[in-house]
Order: sequence, then C-alpha cells, then structure tokens
Amino acid sequence: MTLWLTLAVNSIAFGGLLFLLSAGFSLIFGLMRIPNLMHGSFFMLGAYFGVTLMLPAVGANFWIAALASGLAMALIGGAIERFLLRRLAGKELAQVLLTLGLSFIVSDLCLMIWTGDPWQPASPAELRGVVRAGGMIFPLYRLAVVAIAIVVAAALWVMVDWTRLGAMIRAGVDDAPMARVVGIRVSRLFTLVFALGAALAAFAGVVGAPILSVYPGLDSDMLPLALIVVILGGTGSLLGALVGSFVIGFLYNFGQAQFPDLAYVILFLPMLLVLVLRPQGLFGKGAS
Amino acid sequence: MKASSTPRAAVVAALLALMTVPLWVGNSYYVDVASQILLFAVFALALNVLAGYAGLVSLGHAGLFAISGYTAALMLQAGFPHATAAAGAVLATLVTSAVFAVLALRATGIGFLMITLALGQTLWGIAYRWVNLTNGDNGVNIAARPAPFGISLAGAPSFYYATLVVFLLALAAMAAFDRSPFGASLRGTRDQARRMTALGYNVWLIRFLAFLFSGFWCSVAGLLYLYNKQFISPQVSALQASAEVLLMVISGGTATLLGPVAGAAIVVIMKYVVSAYVVRWNLVLGVIFVAIISFMPEGLVPGSVRIWGFARRRFFALPRRRGTVREGAQPQARCGPTGPLAGSAPQPPDQVWGGEGKDSRKPSPGAPP
Amino acid sequence: MTALTVTGLTKSFGGLRVTNGVDLAVEPGERRLIIGPNGAGKTTLFNLITGELASDAGKIVLFGQDITRAPCRRRAHLGLARTYQIITLFPRDTILRNVVLALLGLSGLRWNPVVDLARQRHLTVRAREALALVGLDRVADRPLTETSYGERRRVEIAMAMVQNPKVLLLDEPFAGLSIDERRDVRQLLAAIPPDVTIVMIEHNMDVALDFADRITLLHFGEVIVEGTRAEVVADPRTREVYLGE
Repeated sequence: MTLWLTLAVNSIAFGGLLFLLSAGFSLIFGLMRIPNLMHGSFFMLGAYFGVTLMLPAVGANFWIAALASGLAMALIGGAIERFLLRRLAGKELAQVLLTLGLSFIVSDLCLMIWTGDPWQPASPAELRGVVRAGGMIFPLYRLAVVAIAIVVAAALWVMVDWTRLGAMIRAGVDDAPMARVVGIRVSRLFTLVFALGAALAAFAGVVGAPILSVYPGLDSDMLPLALIVVILGGTGSLLGALVGSFVIGFLYNFGQAQFPDLAYVILFLPMLLVLVLRPQGLFGKGAS
Repeated sequence: MKASSTPRAAVVAALLALMTVPLWVGNSYYVDVASQILLFAVFALALNVLAGYAGLVSLGHAGLFAISGYTAALMLQAGFPHATAAAGAVLATLVTSAVFAVLALRATGIGFLMITLALGQTLWGIAYRWVNLTNGDNGVNIAARPAPFGISLAGAPSFYYATLVVFLLALAAMAAFDRSPFGASLRGTRDQARRMTALGYNVWLIRFLAFLFSGFWCSVAGLLYLYNKQFISPQVSALQASAEVLLMVISGGTATLLGPVAGAAIVVIMKYVVSAYVVRWNLVLGVIFVAIISFMPEGLVPGSVRIWGFARRRFFALPRRRGTVREGAQPQARCGPTGPLAGSAPQPPDQVWGGEGKDSRKPSPGAPP
Repeated sequence: MTALTVTGLTKSFGGLRVTNGVDLAVEPGERRLIIGPNGAGKTTLFNLITGELASDAGKIVLFGQDITRAPCRRRAHLGLARTYQIITLFPRDTILRNVVLALLGLSGLRWNPVVDLARQRHLTVRAREALALVGLDRVADRPLTETSYGERRRVEIAMAMVQNPKVLLLDEPFAGLSIDERRDVRQLLAAIPPDVTIVMIEHNMDVALDFADRITLLHFGEVIVEGTRAEVVADPRTREVYLGE
C-alpha cells in the first residue's frame, strides 16, 4: 500500500515535470507548426545551466538557478527562432532537420563541457524533509514539484484564456493567416511563444534535476516523452498536455516498477491507441 | 538521373569500377569501408522510397534496420541456421513495417515524421532497456558470417562481392520501381494525394505497400550490417542513425535513383574521415545538417553546384548563364525547388495528425467561406 | 433510370450549412448547368458527389446504384469524373504523364511495380488521342511547368475525358480564360459524345447558357430554381438572387 502511494506521488511529480516540458512543446507545435526536435535539448541544457549555477563556486540558490536558467534559455530559444527558424517558415522538413542538427550539436557540446558523469544537485534545503500524513511519508520536494506544475498550468491557462496575449495566441493557433490579417504580429508572437516554451523546458530541467539527475542522453530520453504527451493530448491543447503528462507520468513510474524491461514500450501503448482511435489526440480539435 | 538516360558506357564503367574495388583498393580495411558504403546505400535506397517518392519522411527507419539485425542475431544465438534466421529477420521487419505504416499513415507530413520518430524510439527502448532479451547496451554478437552456396564470406573481398550483388539487386529493383506504374502512382500521391483519390487510386494502400517495400530493403540492409559487423547494439536503432540515413537521402538528392547511393558514399566516407581526427561525430553530423539547411536547402550535391557557380561568378566575374524560364509558366502549380527541403504545401492546422482517410475530406479551397 | 440522382444532400462546416437538402436529378446524356453566386455551395456539391467530402445527410445514386457510402476512389471506377476549378495537376510531370496517370487510375496496371510505364503503348496512345481532342497532342511531352493556364485547363478536361466517364462534372471550365480560349473550350465541350452526362458549374451565367438543357440555380446551399434555360432566366427569383436586379 505504501509502495503504491509512493509510486503514485512519484508519478504525479513526474507528470508535473512532463507538463512543464510539453506545454511549451505543444504550444510551439500548435501555434507555429514547428516540430521542435530541440525541446529535449532545452530541458537538458537548462538542467546543466542550473547545476552549474548551483556549484559552490557560483553559489546560487536553487530557485534563482532555476529561474536564471529559464531566462537564459528563453534568450537562446528566442534567438534560434528569430535568426534560424524564421527563415524556414513553412518549410517543416527543413525545420525538423535544423532542430535535429542543433540537438546533436547541443548533446555533443554538453558531453564535452559537463563530461559523461551524471550530475544530481541536492533539492533545496527547505524542501528536503518529508510530510507525514495518516501514517504515511511523502517526500516534500516531490509535492512541491506537483505544486509548481499546477501553478504553472494555472498561470498558462490564465494567460491563454484570459489575457490579450492569450487571445492572440489562440487566434494564431486557429488560423495564422487570418490572425495576420487582423493585425496580430504573428512573427513576434512566435518568437515569444518559442522563448516561453524554451524557458519552461529549461526550468523543468532544473526542477527535475534533483529527481532525474542530469546526464548525457537526457535530451533524447525526454523528447519522445514530450512527443507522446502531445500526440496523446492533441497539439496546441494545454488541457491535453496536462492530462497526457499525468497519464504518461503514471505509466512511466508504474511500468518501471512492474515491468522494468518493458517500461519504455508500455509508455507508447496509449499513444498507439490514440493514433488508431482518435488521431487528432484526446483534446485536439476534431476534424470537422 | 534515370538509368535509361545515363550513357551505356558510364554504366559499364561504373560496374567495372565496382567489381574491381578489392583489386585496386588492396587494404582490406578500405574494402570493408566499401562494403559499408554499399550496405548503407541499400538502406538509403529503402528510405528514399518513402522520403523521396512518397514524400513521407520517416525518422524511425533505424528501428526497422535494427529489428532485422536483432532478429537474425538472436535467432542465430538461439541456434537457428542462417537461412532461417534471415527469413525470420525479413518477416519480422515486414510485420513491424506494417504496424509502423498503419500507425504513421494516420497522418502525412510532419505528423507522419513525428509518429515514426516515436515508434523508432520505442524500438530503441526495447533494444536498450529489455536487457533479458537484447543484452542491452552490450549488444549481441554472432559467431560467423553466413556462407551462401558454400562460399565463405569471412574475408573482406568475398563479403564485398556478396554485398555488391545484393546492392545491384536493390538498385535494379529501384530502377524498375522508379519507371513502373506503381512508382508513378506513388509519386502521384506525393504531389496531389486528393486528385489521385478522385482519379480512382487507393492512396492509403499505395502508401502502405510503399512502406512495406521500403521495410523489405531496410531488413536486407540490416542483415548485411549484422553480417558485416557480426555484432549489433542499440546504437543502430538510435535517432542519430535514422538522422544519418536521412542525411544520405537528402544530401544525394531525393526521389532520384542514384542520389541516395552518392549520399551513402558521402556520409560513410565523411564519418570515417571525421572519426579519424575528432571523436565528436554527432557534433559534425549536427553541423552538417544546420549548414545544409542554412546554405543549401536543395540538397548537398545540387547545392554545391549552385554555390560553386555563385563563387565563380562572384570572384572570377564569369558571365551568368541565362535562365531558361519560359513565359506563360503560371505560379498556379508550385513547381519551384522540388528538393526535400522545399516547403510542403501549407496544411490547415487540424490536418497535421489527420490522415488520408475521412479526415482529409476537408472543405476544398473552392468551398464557400 | 436517371444518370445521377441526389436527394436531400446536406453538409455543414461548423455551424454553417453549405449544402442544405439539395435535390438533383440528371437524365442520361443531359447537359446540366449549375449556377449561383459565389458561396452558393456549388463546388461543395461536387465534392459531395465525388466523395471528396462526406455528406451529413442525403443520398447519391449513380445509374441506379447507391454510392452515398462508396469511397471517392470507388466512384471514379463507377464512371464519375471531374475537373477542378482550381487546377490540381501533377506539376513535376509532362502533360502526357498527367493524362496517363488519369488513365492508369482505372487500370489494374497501377499496382505493377516492375514494367516500364513509358512502354505501355496502350496507355500512351490513348492519352495522346485524348490530348489530340483538346488540341494538345503536339505539346504532349512538354513539362507542365512550361504550359500556359489555358493549356492546363484543357489538360484538366483531357484527364477527365480519358477516364471514359458516364457522368462528367466540370467545375468552372471557363474560369480565367481569354475570349479565344473560351471559344476553344466551348467547342471542345460540344464535341463530347452525347451519351456522356455532363454537369457543369459556371459562376458567370452568360458564358455557358447555350450549353445547357436544364439549369439549376443554387443559392446559400439550396436549390432556388430549376428548369429549362428560358424558365430559369424568366424566373423572378433568378433575377433577385443572381442577376442582381
């Protein structure tokens, strides 16, 4: 019983991380139709930035490191969008290959700079304890990750559904040419959303580092997960990304515990089901 | 670059050159490199069926390549004879291709690419994580290469000749396919899928069969790889491997018969040369991708020609050759660059995951607002 | 038996009813003209008939056979062919290859991965004949990129004709053509064998009035008037919705 509950908490925490990662991926793919194969690299690079900032030599606080890493990645992501991807507007295959090429470069550079050994920062001191409730023990940090994911989800929801910026993003997702016609500067919006997605991924990387650690190959571990979440939830749908993240979070953790050999395959099963039964994703817009 | 338009003398010369490789190369290390070029050429030709002729770019092909190699390796380890193992490998790859096709053909364009990527990663996950079956990261060894008709393939030259025979078979099959009605049908589904349906073609089935055809040659290439290395590890199923073979197809020029072959030669040689000097092949691979896309969106070979021409005009002030664009060519049918990187037709947002089935029944451009 | 019967055909995009209970009965060999202002649902009606769009309700019968649920490709094999208002040809091929593809679509040969398509004489000969009918046989080997708009319109018609259709749907075959080219196309249509049933959409009424036996006027997805040319022209509702008086 305790084992299952622990697993459930871990699953929810992992789901929260996945949401931070895939919300941006979903928005980028949904709004700009850019299949950003660097998204896993943003996650990994962000995590490396974070652990570097937390080194005693720099000595940044965990949360400052996470925010700074997100900010740095927003700048990098924005620059990539503005100077490389923008020139390839509409050429999806070229965008795929460019982001794929960049992800290879990033992974090799990370290997050169941070070596092949995994880095695992300690979780912030104030969250190292456990919560006891009803005779059970929950690691505080994982609960905090869930809380962060919920706060970010709420903030994104408010932003997309309630603000002017969100209205413009929704207009862009629904019909980019029409959005342009009504005077929305879609290109600036693109840069913004891309930077936001990159920042969220990097932030998730730092927040996830105490749980997952940072290691070479983390990027190609995370990218398919983001991909499945989005296929599952439907492109451009925040709710879909949220539900998809928790579904995958549960499957990943329970699969790992029950069928460690096949954990990775189990992960893909819901995606296969969705593709066969509802290709637009659980919360994607139906083909009218 | 159709075989029929290539001068006969060139074909004979190329054949002679290929047949005498072990004689003038000498060193068995380089003969082995030549074998690898040929087997990766078979792999690239297989991917070209989809990425080139069908316009469906797959990033999961390394998975198909790997499933063939792994099936054969594991069957050999279990004591099956070579012929059975090879047949099993081809069968397993065909079944996997069918599953891939059914799932990935729910979409076209970028959706197709994403789904194949996810499926390829699933196979990577099996190869890497299902340690009891695949021995994980340590890979699987096989004791010996097969000896078809009693001929030993243990030496580099004999293996080269066996690979050459298979390569020529693959090339012949592709040449026939390229000119065949089915090849024309497949290209038609790439250029005007909806029109093809209205003309009475079963677009889905055409794509499905093309996927199987591609899968078959992937399995052949995977077998050759296993025999060549006598070893297979999860690396061959990684995303990098899929990207590499895609680079072969793109660099040589898609939807041509010989482009993927040239591309395979370029990439394999480059990989060997680079690996001799730097450890970071992935970095180089990434830089090549970014450079191709930024500077030569039409492909490596045509791109080099263009940049060379530009450099000549710019720096040697040679007269510019006159364009041969005719008047009256309307912008209606977009015929511009037909390279793989040329923009695909813009799709309405909800079509990304939508397949050719009922989802493609979208309002036509002529539909009322 | 009618050639093509459409009953209660309905299609909505979102909340908009684009085709609203359309009834149509076209006799074998008839020349039917469908007119209506922009956005009347004419092309959508064609897409529903060919199966490129799935209808929400209604029934489509082709020579006594209910094809409402038949997939688009099946309808082509049953003798339904069409041209497109917005030209959708195969841009990387020659004119001849475009027409050969249309022929191949109905031939079992289309699945053959071995033989050389260029050597299938029965296909190329028939394709060239069809191109001769539309006056393009001399430029048959020209890449499509090097053809004019008027030539492409004629390729569209050749592709539809080569399929030997029982019912031919023409979607604004005169759109964007010069006066000379219009005359050519009109002669071309007049030369189509009389047993082929033709349904033609035309936005501009004056262009094609003399072509039709009967005329159907569509407006906001509904049939407003149907009758002979004289009846439709004389009908006050036609003037109201279409002639803008």
